[in-house]
Amino acid sequence: MSPLTLIFLVPLLAALLLALIPRNFRFAIRGLALLAALVSMLIAVTAFCKFDGRASVSGFRFEERHFWAPSAGISYHVGADGLNVGLILMGAVVLFAAVCVSWRINKREKEYYILLLMMGGGILGALASLDLFFFFILHELALVPAFILIGVWGTGKDKTYAAYQITLYLSLGALLVLAGLLAVYLQMPAPSRTFDIVELTQWFKAHPMPSRVEHWIFPLLLFGFGILVSLYPFYTWAPLGYASAPTGAAMIHAGVLKKFGLYGLLRIALPLMPFEAQRWAYILTALGLANVVVCGAVAMRQRDLNLLLGNSSVAHVGFAFLGIASMSLIGFTGAVVVMIAHGFLAALTFALSGYLRDELKTLDMDQMGGLLRRLPFIGTVMIMAMMAGCGLPGFAGFFGETLVFFGSWGRSDVVTMLAIWGALIIAGVYMLRAIRSIWHGEKEWPGVADVTNPWRKLPYGLLLAALLIFGCFPRLLTDNIKTSVAPVARLVGEEVAGGAPVAGGPRR
Amino acid sequence: MNLAILSSELAVIGLALALLLMDLWTPRAFKHRLGYLAAAVLVVILALSYCGGSVSAPAAEGCSHMFIRDGLALFFKRIFLAAGIFVVLMAVEFRERIPMGIGEFFTITLIALAGMMFAASANDFVMVYVAMEMMSVSFYVLVSFQRSRSNSLEAGVKYLILSALAAAVLIFGIALVFGTSGRTNFAAVAAQATRLASNKAFWLGALLVLLGLAFKIAAVPMQMWAPDVYQGAPTPVTAFLAIGSKAAGFVLVLRVLFVAAPALAQHWGKLLAWTAALTILYGNLCAIPQRSLKRLLGYSSIANAGYLLLGVAALNVSGSVAVLYYLAGYAFTLAVVFVVLCVVARENDDIAVLAGLNRRSPLLALALTLGMISLAGVPPLAGFFGKLLLLEAILERAAADRMYLWLTLTAIAGVVISYYYYFGVIRAVYWSEAGPETPPIAVSGPMKISVGVCIAAMLYLGIFPNEVLSAAAEAVKALRF
Repeated sequence: MSPLTLIFLVPLLAALLLALIPRNFRFAIRGLALLAALVSMLIAVTAFCKFDGRASVSGFRFEERHFWAPSAGISYHVGADGLNVGLILMGAVVLFAAVCVSWRINKREKEYYILLLMMGGGILGALASLDLFFFFILHELALVPAFILIGVWGTGKDKTYAAYQITLYLSLGALLVLAGLLAVYLQMPAPSRTFDIVELTQWFKAHPMPSRVEHWIFPLLLFGFGILVSLYPFYTWAPLGYASAPTGAAMIHAGVLKKFGLYGLLRIALPLMPFEAQRWAYILTALGLANVVVCGAVAMRQRDLNLLLGNSSVAHVGFAFLGIASMSLIGFTGAVVVMIAHGFLAALTFALSGYLRDELKTLDMDQMGGLLRRLPFIGTVMIMAMMAGCGLPGFAGFFGETLVFFGSWGRSDVVTMLAIWGALIIAGVYMLRAIRSIWHGEKEWPGVADVTNPWRKLPYGLLLAALLIFGCFPRLLTDNIKTSVAPVARLVGEEVAGGAPVAGGPRR
Repeated sequence: MNLAILSSELAVIGLALALLLMDLWTPRAFKHRLGYLAAAVLVVILALSYCGGSVSAPAAEGCSHMFIRDGLALFFKRIFLAAGIFVVLMAVEFRERIPMGIGEFFTITLIALAGMMFAASANDFVMVYVAMEMMSVSFYVLVSFQRSRSNSLEAGVKYLILSALAAAVLIFGIALVFGTSGRTNFAAVAAQATRLASNKAFWLGALLVLLGLAFKIAAVPMQMWAPDVYQGAPTPVTAFLAIGSKAAGFVLVLRVLFVAAPALAQHWGKLLAWTAALTILYGNLCAIPQRSLKRLLGYSSIANAGYLLLGVAALNVSGSVAVLYYLAGYAFTLAVVFVVLCVVARENDDIAVLAGLNRRSPLLALALTLGMISLAGVPPLAGFFGKLLLLEAILERAAADRMYLWLTLTAIAGVVISYYYYFGVIRAVYWSEAGPETPPIAVSGPMKISVGVCIAAMLYLGIFPNEVLSAAAEAVKALRF
């Protein structure tokens, strides 16, 4: 059995097992959830270390394929290449961290862990899957858990509104994606129709879609995936949803689930419809820039820490969009690094703000201040995370954003300049202001306690370590990513340059 | 006359009559046990349908070609029998709320079931009418079975009047078809397709037949009755109306359109598409403000009729396969929802009765949640795969005809709206303000089994679609496009 199958099946099976444990066995429930997430993470780490994209012919490692529903063209097919191996690692680490920080949940733990594991396991499976059917349904597995998690364990007076908003918005995106995927599937001749991504890519490479068909399919996928990733102007669900969600759910949602749409664009929309992708690149650039600048500006105005982090997370996604819209190898590589870095970062910041919320019972930054004296550990980690959020070198985000800028410079230097502004100045302003108003100052906080137990420190340390490791050794990611996105870049590039394989680099 | 092909219908009618007789000699306290007997016999009939033949077996006709036993009929009969089993078990659970005559309740339910089974096998316009009336007359009685409740009586009267109107429309349509073609047999009418293609009276006749059938499936413009009747009828009857009566309507629509008038159907893509779009929007928009669960399901049933009509409007093989698959999943989904309502909503069916259900009975809470998720079409449940097939069927035509793209987007809009009210039920189960502390709910054995079977079936149809999909593909070979 492929390790990829185990990575997502272990949490899902654990969720099933949890349903059988009586609800007052709290220790067993939490223990099983932790164990499942840990096992899944360890397998993901081993798979990542063993991964070598150059070693296989098809480009995919750890492949596993079974017939599922041949009459509908569905097969069970998982596999990893440079594009998703890092994302799967990130997802598994975030899932483990999310289960770890959930120790404060003290009502209806059983349901909580079942839903959390379903959400995490589902998205890990979606990222590993090379069949559109499983790709889609495993992602959708998170829809209902997110609704219930926000509704039951969420905080804030708007939590019911937030739960509905996130569900309706995301289901709209998902249904548009579904329509787009089905339309792609139907473009193949009837007897050989398949949902297999690898076969679809090969087929459409040899037989490009007629442009009048691409014309309406690509927008379906672009905006469907865009809604799932909070592309401007479809982002309003994200900040409020994350702010209202319980810590673990916010970590998985902002960290991992949001990468699904970006991954889908790179894995499916671009390789299958390269010509149309080129046509939409300008619009995507504009929208991605709006993400960076507009949502950054919105984040500057927030006084609630979680809303600030939510908006900043939406703004960061803009860099990934810019990288994709650059249609170049460097840009794609940068986009994937941004996705991974942002996954760790978003999970880390939401974990920390969750800790603050539990300790202080508020996240209003006007009421905070002087907390660094009481919370040295949490404070240090958070300041580092916030610095990573401004794009400080040494953290993974820096390399992603830099690569994106290199990639998009060739397409438009004005856009790149504006985006750099957004990254450095706007993010700098809101992050530094947040650091000042939360951690510095004279206020005293009797009764607020820091994390002292080393086990409790583990999730924060793990996520921070990941940011630092990939920040100091980005080649661990980029080498693999480059090999896997090169064919995509070549597909998109060839359309423009008329046959000459342009592997990234500036083009005029 | 070949009675063997009628065997399962005869068995159901025989069972109905036997129950009527046994009711005379059964002491009052034991009468509800007749329901268990009925359910057991229906299980046997259902099992025999698997031994007796497969959906790919060649078609057999009988009763002077009025009755046909083919894959399509068999597929639907299995849905009806399964629905019948759940309904009878629900009725046993419901017995305290029926003042008297529980034995007759079973008998009439079985006769309605036989009507549905005849509808599945209809091969002649006369058979269509007879089967429809067999169902309708049974439902007149069943809907108003709670004689002491004015709601139930009101629903009964509404159903009687509107159903009679629909029957009149249907028979008028049949008269026109017969008048222009001189035949009532489907194949014989289809054989004259070229001659009748330009005959306006024939068109009108076929249109009126469809209008009469639209009543059964609760599609615009014949949808008005559904919310009122669903709300007023006893819960098991509502379940049977929603599952059986709708499926019977659809098998007749498929047969009339794609067996009797395939040439005509190809011209009606636009008409069917508009009907589907309006039905979807009407059902979903009206469901938003509902507080009564059964009324909500009434509107949801209209919306689902709209989704199913998408498959008909696609006018292709995959559309009809999708309709069959969707109905199979829909039967189990609705069965589980109504079983939960039957147990939980005893005094009234306001959405507030669900408050705290996840503490009162985790099993029922899970079942209702899964039911709602499946109705909403969230993977990995049956409702999702059905919707996927329906979307696939209309998108297949979108490349040639841009209208189908708009239809797809309308359907998506409808589905997103429906999430609002389906998730409202989930919310009521998990985090609505519970009133005074409510006691745990005791769930009887048969209800537990029903819930378990339905959940398993929903998951099976959603995750392992292969078997049923192949069966549906075999079944629609009876249709021509």
